[in-house]
Amino acid sequence: MAEITREDVAHVARLARLNVTDEELDLFTGQLAAVLEHARDVEALDVGDVPPTAHPLPLKNVLRPDEVRPSLDRAEVLAVAPAVEDDRFAVPPVLGEEP
Amino acid sequence: MTAREIVAAVQSGETTATAVLDEHLARIRERDGELHAFNLVTEDAARADAAAVDAGDRTGPLAGVPIALKDNLCTRGVPTTCSSRILEGWKPPYDATVVSRLRAAGAVVVGKTNLDEFAMGSSTENSAFGPTRNPHDPSRVPGGSSGGSAAAVAAGFAPVALGSDTGGSIRQPAALCGVVGVKPTYGAVSRYGLVAFASSLDQIGPFTQTVADAALVLEVIAGHDPMDSTSIDRPAPSLLDALEESVDGLRVGVVRELLGEGIADDVRRRTEAAADALAAAGAKVEEASVPAAIYGLSAYYLIAPAEASSNLARYDGVRYGVRVDGPTTGDMMEATRTAGFGAEVKRRIMLGTYALSAGYYDAYYGKAQQVRTLIIRDFQAAYEQFDVLLSPTSPTTAFPLGAKTEDPLAMYMNDVCTIPSNLSGDPAMSIPYGTGDDGLPVGVQVMAPALGEQVMFRAAAALERSLS
Repeated sequence: MAEITREDVAHVARLARLNVTDEELDLFTGQLAAVLEHARDVEALDVGDVPPTAHPLPLKNVLRPDEVRPSLDRAEVLAVAPAVEDDRFAVPPVLGEEP
Repeated sequence: MTAREIVAAVQSGETTATAVLDEHLARIRERDGELHAFNLVTEDAARADAAAVDAGDRTGPLAGVPIALKDNLCTRGVPTTCSSRILEGWKPPYDATVVSRLRAAGAVVVGKTNLDEFAMGSSTENSAFGPTRNPHDPSRVPGGSSGGSAAAVAAGFAPVALGSDTGGSIRQPAALCGVVGVKPTYGAVSRYGLVAFASSLDQIGPFTQTVADAALVLEVIAGHDPMDSTSIDRPAPSLLDALEESVDGLRVGVVRELLGEGIADDVRRRTEAAADALAAAGAKVEEASVPAAIYGLSAYYLIAPAEASSNLARYDGVRYGVRVDGPTTGDMMEATRTAGFGAEVKRRIMLGTYALSAGYYDAYYGKAQQVRTLIIRDFQAAYEQFDVLLSPTSPTTAFPLGAKTEDPLAMYMNDVCTIPSNLSGDPAMSIPYGTGDDGLPVGVQVMAPALGEQVMFRAAAALERSLS
């Protein structure tokens, strides 16, 4: 596997919606490369057809009885939101258009 | 006083919950300016809760016991920051299940403790609100990520604290601060209301001064919770009874792979002393092998960031926490996350995003998941021969502040002995076992198979007795 590049880091930062400065790009690229270099022992391991484990427990779907019960209080939830309008979460324009 | 002593003294009328609380608040006032174990001390609410215990309105197995909570456990109406700017000032509209259970048992919550931002770190230096210092030597770190909780118990600010452990975040700071720290079996304690870091690894557990106090607290917080779909649906085991049982004939394996390169000589000697003590108490002690454990660190630092990159996508400035405005929603989200997250959180999000991205998924995340299977198989094989496994908790004693902040990989190495049990989902705990050459605490780790808390506590209690 090729070493992680400055462009790779800029790309994943964009995907993760993080804005990184040129200086941070240099720093993060070096640091992430060191971690991935250490991970080469895993990358190089011949694991054959060992099945992957995503979770320590055998996950099964858990259902609750289909009964009406109290949920979080709307006013209490909206009270800690950054911006609210008409009992809803408010955000700036999604596509950049004027509201 | 230990939690059990407080419960007995309050119940007998020898003291009051208010007097106990006052003693602890006085110690916090005296020394927390220097140590910074707490992000927030909830003095007024604690006084009301203690008064209710004294009035007979609040009873239970923890009646009157002051408890500190890691600040990634949701507390209704009380700020829960995860030591991150992005959640500064946020007040959750609900309590974590562990918080409800502690309160129902009569505990008195004294405050929220400092942590590495979103529990990502091994020294508590990644907190947005400044580091916590080790009560044994304030020039040193308390470990992390639950460093505030470990320091709070070590400094006598509270006899009990809760933390969370994703790769060692309870056990490693417990070792560095000289207290008991337990990571229960995955699914034994509800994660409802624990702010998620890596959901397949996170578990909540206690910090205490004694093994018996840890058993007492775990009995209260463990057990099925319908609010967590990964909660194991069976009754919580009785642990206090296990403490008195002899370890005569117990099969103890000392894990060869976790005593090798990178483990400081003084830490290795204390681990061997612990093995000798168990043998002297009648246990059958032999060398054990968990070969894939050496790949644990690499697998963990692909799996945990991958899960974190997904879990932390929710901090986008829309529903809670801090918002930094921008002309569009996309701009707002990017500005919020850029300003709100610290460097280590950004590193892990980017690492996880990379490990999950097209072209790299199979080589990194997929491979790491296969290694996770190998580790589970190796542990299972070891537990056919042994009842419990023994290793150091942390490769070294507490290191100076700033020693590893510029080198993330060196910091990650702190978790080499604790990570395997998170990947396997098995329980593990750290017991203080004397001091290293520098006079600072050394912790020894006892590991057990899934749901093997009883035998783990039995071995831990024997180790504790061997020191007294």
